[in-house]
Amino acid sequence: MRIAVAGNPNCGKTTIFNGLTGANQKVGNYPGVTVEKKMGTLKIGEEKHDVVDLPGAYSLSAYSEDELVARNYIIEEKPDLIINVVDSSNLERNLYLTVQLMEMQVPLLIVLNMQDAAVSKGLNVEAKKLSELIGAPVVSTVGHKKEGIKKLKEEISKSTKDISFTPISYGKETEYALSEIQKTLDELAFSDSELNKYSKSWFALKLLEQDMQITKIFQEQFHEKTEPIVARINKYAKHVDATLDDTTENIISSYRYGFASSVVKQCITKTFEARKSLSDTIDLFITNRLLGPIILLLVLWFSYQVIFTASEHPVAWLESFFEFLHNGAAKLIPKGLFQSLVVSGIIDGVGGVLGFIPLIMFMFFLISFIEDSGYMARIAFIMDRILRTFGMHGNSILSFIVSGGIAGGCAVPGVMATRTLRDPKERLATILTTPFMNCGAKLPVFALLITAFFSKNQGMMMFFITLLSWFFALVVAGILRKTLLKGTPTPFVLELPPYRMPTLKGLLIHMWERSWVYIKKAGTFILVASIIMWILMTFPQYKSHSSRKMSEAELAQKNWVILLQEELEWL
Amino acid sequence: MAITLDNMQKGQKGKILKIVDKGPFNRRIRDMGVVPGTEILYEGKAPLGDPINIKAKGFSIALRNNEAEKILVEII
Repeated sequence: MRIAVAGNPNCGKTTIFNGLTGANQKVGNYPGVTVEKKMGTLKIGEEKHDVVDLPGAYSLSAYSEDELVARNYIIEEKPDLIINVVDSSNLERNLYLTVQLMEMQVPLLIVLNMQDAAVSKGLNVEAKKLSELIGAPVVSTVGHKKEGIKKLKEEISKSTKDISFTPISYGKETEYALSEIQKTLDELAFSDSELNKYSKSWFALKLLEQDMQITKIFQEQFHEKTEPIVARINKYAKHVDATLDDTTENIISSYRYGFASSVVKQCITKTFEARKSLSDTIDLFITNRLLGPIILLLVLWFSYQVIFTASEHPVAWLESFFEFLHNGAAKLIPKGLFQSLVVSGIIDGVGGVLGFIPLIMFMFFLISFIEDSGYMARIAFIMDRILRTFGMHGNSILSFIVSGGIAGGCAVPGVMATRTLRDPKERLATILTTPFMNCGAKLPVFALLITAFFSKNQGMMMFFITLLSWFFALVVAGILRKTLLKGTPTPFVLELPPYRMPTLKGLLIHMWERSWVYIKKAGTFILVASIIMWILMTFPQYKSHSSRKMSEAELAQKNWVILLQEELEWL
Repeated sequence: MAITLDNMQKGQKGKILKIVDKGPFNRRIRDMGVVPGTEILYEGKAPLGDPINIKAKGFSIALRNNEAEKILVEII
């Protein structure tokens, strides 16, 4: 069976995905976009199921690339089952997505996650009642404590392709317009056309909502034959505008919320009135006018210290390991071109990059902690005003930090993290400026320069260089946004999720995913590039070199390799 | 009394009356659960005065002042 996991950002979707697939995961990309595609295998007894973790989405309205990817995956790949993870402590908004999944007429299994958080907020959510109200099976879980995962697996085994959702009411006017559009679609032989992968009722609804993507697909398929439907939609839109002064999209979304809120009213009972939550109390300090920025700087400075202190020894071990390889190969392989290729080209080149893996791993571990705990969203909140001055978005902050905003990052996952930016120009500006950050491959060069010029206060100097990289990245981004990538800024609306203690397993998985991307690049691109560089440095050969000159040439070659690796980080 | 969201004071509660926008901001804020009728709590500003932080339906949302201007609120 092919299963897709869908849900809002911050609903514990990834924890459920990790709970189902364990370590059997791999990361890829959705075709044509930079959106990360996480896949895994779920074993229930003898059966094996493919599970895909769809990007987190509040809605399927195609606001961001993430949402569009999730939506297109469901349409194109037609998974046999969609596990919709909802946050019990935040049910109404989470059900808004559920309603849209119901509209798509796909087999659903609802996971009522974070039951513990709901209970501590004084909310009692009845799973059975929810299941009746929606018309789909519901399982209660506490993802980070692994509660309910077994039951979830049982339900997955039992799942069928039958769909019997409770119909959603959109009001008389809208439903009348919908039925007319569906009728006209029948006349156009919609079900026999290439568009029959879409559910007809969903397609009609999206047309009525004036969804850009669906409208375009519709026009391309039927051309001038679309006229009666376009006329019908315009009539409805005019009516909505005249009577309610609103757009069709908003009206339909109000009905969705209407359904969601009536479901919530019927299946939630309040056991007590919640007082200020711990998360709110923490926020009093963290987003405080004075303390907020101080805490932010302290966190960055502390991360910095931890990464360098903790990775000092492992990096040294790896360096001596590559030295051992270097010497071993030099002994085993007879002197000559081949030896030089293996030793100076491959081992020194790839080793120079792989040697930083421990540092990279510590850095990604800390970034995952900052992200999973909920602090990253606060950084975006605090920094947005500054980024805005440069025509950027608080949401770009994650990319900058991953790319080396905390020294030792890598631009590759940084660029991948830009996927949540909606505006292509803002995204491009972020992608183009992340390489200014103090990434792992630049560190050795900076470290060398610092030791040479500022032997005192080395740590402090590195910190300043990091701040300087921020400065350059932002200034260049600002210039880009005022010239080549001009455009109005997109709205900054960001959820500040409650603080949570990340699970060790989750952190390790995230750390590994990002580090693996780095290792793969070192193993492929940099290997090839090292060989090319070696060839360029070795040929043509001059016979008259003295041994002293040779060592200088070797030194130059080594520096070249480092510079090249730095260049590669840009890609 | 109806005012725009950016004019609320820290700790004030209100009810959304209308979102005066027909573009992506409206869609985004709706997708996140802020629709007319929703009760909100103004939690405060970021250290540099912008963006602001509101609480709606039990979760916190940050938005910029120039976007908050587009939201009409009735103080309760």
